[in-house]
Amino acid sequence: MTYIEYIEYIAFFFMILGIVFSAYRFLKGPTAGDRTVALDTLTTIMVAGLVLLAYVFQRFIYVDVALVYGVLGFIGVIVIARYLEGAL
Amino acid sequence: MIGAAIYAILSKDILYAVIATGVISLILSGLFYLLQAPDVALTEAAIGVALTTIIFIITIRNTVRFEDEHDKKEHIKTIEK
Amino acid sequence: MREVLEIIGGIFILIGSIFLFLGALGIVRMPDVYNRLQAGTKATTLGGMSLILGVGLLEPDWIFKAIILVLFIGFSNPISSHALARAMYKRGRFPILGKGENMDAYREVYDKNKEEEVKS
Repeated sequence: MTYIEYIEYIAFFFMILGIVFSAYRFLKGPTAGDRTVALDTLTTIMVAGLVLLAYVFQRFIYVDVALVYGVLGFIGVIVIARYLEGAL
Repeated sequence: MIGAAIYAILSKDILYAVIATGVISLILSGLFYLLQAPDVALTEAAIGVALTTIIFIITIRNTVRFEDEHDKKEHIKTIEK
Repeated sequence: MREVLEIIGGIFILIGSIFLFLGALGIVRMPDVYNRLQAGTKATTLGGMSLILGVGLLEPDWIFKAIILVLFIGFSNPISSHALARAMYKRGRFPILGKGENMDAYREVYDKNKEEEVKS
C-alpha cells in the first residue's frame, strides 16, 4: 500500500462517520430547521465524497456529477427556508 | 436511505416527508455513481434535488401542511416546550 | 515535483476529511438551531474546500474544475445558511443566551415590526 491509499482509507472512514451522524440528527431533530441543516451538511459531505471517488476511479468525467451538485444543491434548502419564513 | 424512505412514509408532517425525499434522492444518486453510471446520477441529481423539492413545496403552500387537526396540535405542543 | 505535490495533496485531503467529520459531530452535540447551523455550515465549508483542492493538487489536469467547485461551495453555503437562520428567527425561535449576555441586536427590530403588524 502506498501513502495515498492510506490517506484515502482514512478520509472515507471519517466521511462515512459524518454521514451517519448527520443522518442521526435528521431522524431525531425536533424542528424543521434541524432537519434542513442536516440535509445541507449531507449535501456538502456528498459533494466532497464524489470528488474523492472520482480520483479513486481515475475518471475525469465523474467530476461533472459533483459540479452539478455544487451548483444545484443549495436551491432546495433556500426554497424550504423561504417557505418556513412565510414569504414564498 | 432505507431509514429515510420509511420515515417519509410514516411521518405525519408533510414538510418533513419532503425533506426526507431530498435525502433519498441524494443517496440514490451516490448509489448510481458507485454503479458506474454517471449520466443517470447527473439526471437524478438535477431533477431530484431542485425540481421535486420546489414542486412539492409549492403544493404544500397551496394546500395544508398537516394530515389532520390532531397532528397540528401535537406539533405546536412540541415547539412550545 | 510530483512527489512533493502528492504529499501536499494528501495533507489537504486529511485536513478536509477531519473537518467534515467535526462538522457532523457538531450537528449532533450542539443544543440549539443556531449553534447547529454554525457548526454544520462553517466547518463543512472549510472541509469541502480543502478536500477538493487536495484532489486538484494530486491530479494537476483537474485543477480548473476543482477551483470552479471550490468557488461554488464558497458562494452557496453562506447563502443557504443565512436564509435558514433568518427563517428560523422570523418563526419566533430565539437563540439561547448565556449568563450575562444581552447582545441580541436584531430582537428590537423584530419586536418593532411585530407591533406595527399588530396595529395595522
